[in-house]
Amino acid sequence: MSHSDTLLRVDKISISFGGLAVLTDVNLKVDEGELVGLIGPNGAGKSTLFNVISSIYKPDTGDVFLKGKKITGIAPHKLCRMGISRTYQLVKTFNKMTALENVMVGAIYGHKHGGSDAKTRAIDAMSLVGIEDKQNILVSHLTLSDRRLVEVARSLASSPLVTLLDEPMAGLNVSEIKTLLTVIKRAREERKISILWVEHKVDAIFRTCDRVAVLNYGAKIADGKPEEIAKDSKVIEAYLGESLTRN
Amino acid sequence: MNSLSTGKYLPNPRIPVLFSAAVLAAALLPLIMDPFTTISATNVFIYIVITLSWALFSGPTQYISIATAAFFGIGIYTSALAGELMPFPLVVCLGGVVSFVLALLVGLSTLRLKGMYFTIFTFGLSELIRHFVLWWEVVMTGTVGRWVVSVDPIPVYYTMLVILVVTISFCFFIGRSRYGLALRSIGQSEEAADHMGINITAVKINVFAITAFFAGATGSTMATRWTYIDPSIAFNPLFSFMPVLMAIFGGIGSITGQIIGAAVLTLLADLLLTEFPYYYMLIYGIILVVVILFLPGGIVGLWDSMKKRRRTETNENT
Ligand SMILES: Nc1ncnc2c1ncn2[C@@H]1O[C@H](COP(=O)(O)OP(=O)(O)OP(=O)(O)O)[C@@H](O)[C@H]1O
Ligand SMILES: [Mg+2]
Repeated sequence: MSHSDTLLRVDKISISFGGLAVLTDVNLKVDEGELVGLIGPNGAGKSTLFNVISSIYKPDTGDVFLKGKKITGIAPHKLCRMGISRTYQLVKTFNKMTALENVMVGAIYGHKHGGSDAKTRAIDAMSLVGIEDKQNILVSHLTLSDRRLVEVARSLASSPLVTLLDEPMAGLNVSEIKTLLTVIKRAREERKISILWVEHKVDAIFRTCDRVAVLNYGAKIADGKPEEIAKDSKVIEAYLGESLTRN
Repeated sequence: MNSLSTGKYLPNPRIPVLFSAAVLAAALLPLIMDPFTTISATNVFIYIVITLSWALFSGPTQYISIATAAFFGIGIYTSALAGELMPFPLVVCLGGVVSFVLALLVGLSTLRLKGMYFTIFTFGLSELIRHFVLWWEVVMTGTVGRWVVSVDPIPVYYTMLVILVVTISFCFFIGRSRYGLALRSIGQSEEAADHMGINITAVKINVFAITAFFAGATGSTMATRWTYIDPSIAFNPLFSFMPVLMAIFGGIGSITGQIIGAAVLTLLADLLLTEFPYYYMLIYGIILVVVILFLPGGIVGLWDSMKKRRRTETNENT
């Protein structure tokens, strides 16, 4: 029943923590090569949805499909080899390792073909995000922005089909945001990978994404072309109005 | 094939030369030195092996295990039970294998725990094994101690030398392999390591069990020199704590540091024990406290910072 070009699909996902319903009946899909933005107020459940897709949490009901194959609850390391990689809202780099070593982990372990030509793939990923000159620097000595880029490169080095980016721009300044935006566009154009991207920088999402989905209190309230979402009254009420006045 | 030649990991060409020279010197030692020196060197080898094997797992992963005594003790008991049944080298291997299997079981039950829960559990488990063996001996065998088939100091020395060379080489190559990379990733962010495709449970349990092999083989070797053992000798908790102290003392992240730390503290303990039997533990404790307070990187850390200082001084002079 799934379209042949649907890569990732979450189907009626619900999850609650101690009686608190965090996600209710969420449906979402990402097509091959598509860049999908996921927005919503703080606490809407965006990171939780990522954690369900990447198997940190098992949903109470609902399933996750990759290329039509059910992958709910499959161990995270297997998911990565199947083609789902991710970054974290709070950066999770390996700080006492060099930037290249960080990316090598993705290249060696995150990929079906393991170690063969891992280093080439690692360096390719680093060039794509523009940190190839920082290979031998310890990640603990890098700026937050560069650490985010290391995380993105690590994720790309695993040659994913789809990558989940959780607020990659949080805490970055204007020029760093520009760099990251270029990186996201390049990853998509040069690697043809699909991206599901959570972000509070709504204007960046609207300008870049093919499609935007909106979560509010754990429910999806809108899903469509950026220009439609920007005009949607429910979205404006729940999120955009607030975020426009906040900015 | 998967070596991470990131510059920093290019093996120093002097290392194999120095290592071979040291092994050769160690192989000749019993021929030129008195028996006392040979026995004392054997003792140093034991502590180097258990320190290296402890640090191979606990160093990069930050899972601080205090179960070395259990693996060491199981090796000792294997020797006591199997010593008469098979030749000495086989006994040694068997001791390693039994410890390996035990560690697999321990790993399956404990490696889910994190931080201090893991640490306390490993300690509790080794105490449990000690008390179980004690109970078994008293109730089932009707004795507390056992006699172990004794082996001459020279074969024991060479056996320990072989175990030492294997352990050092193993740690060296693991550290530079994809497994070393995986272990370090697990220590720094287990969640990210998992999501980047590392089968963290398999890596942790396998490496933990391999380190137990070395501790067990060492225990089997040593038992033949003690001739009499009982559970409180074989499972002495000091064997769990010493490798931790020795690795910290020398420098936890470096094989050289671990070797130096184990050698220095073993020789120091021997010296203090003969010279100041009453103050031995006190002096030992003070030295450890001073090192931990003032040398966070251990002896190797001190050496590195001295080198750096000298370099900046020469830069300033030019
Ligand atoms: N493990 C958990 N246990 C209990 N509650 C949780 C857990 N994980 C998330 N929550 C709750 O679920 C809700 C959604 O959290 P989530 O992190 O998914 O929001 P978000 O949309 O990513 O928000 P933000 O924009 O602030 O990152 C929050 O109320 C949070 O407190
Ligand atoms: Mg979030």
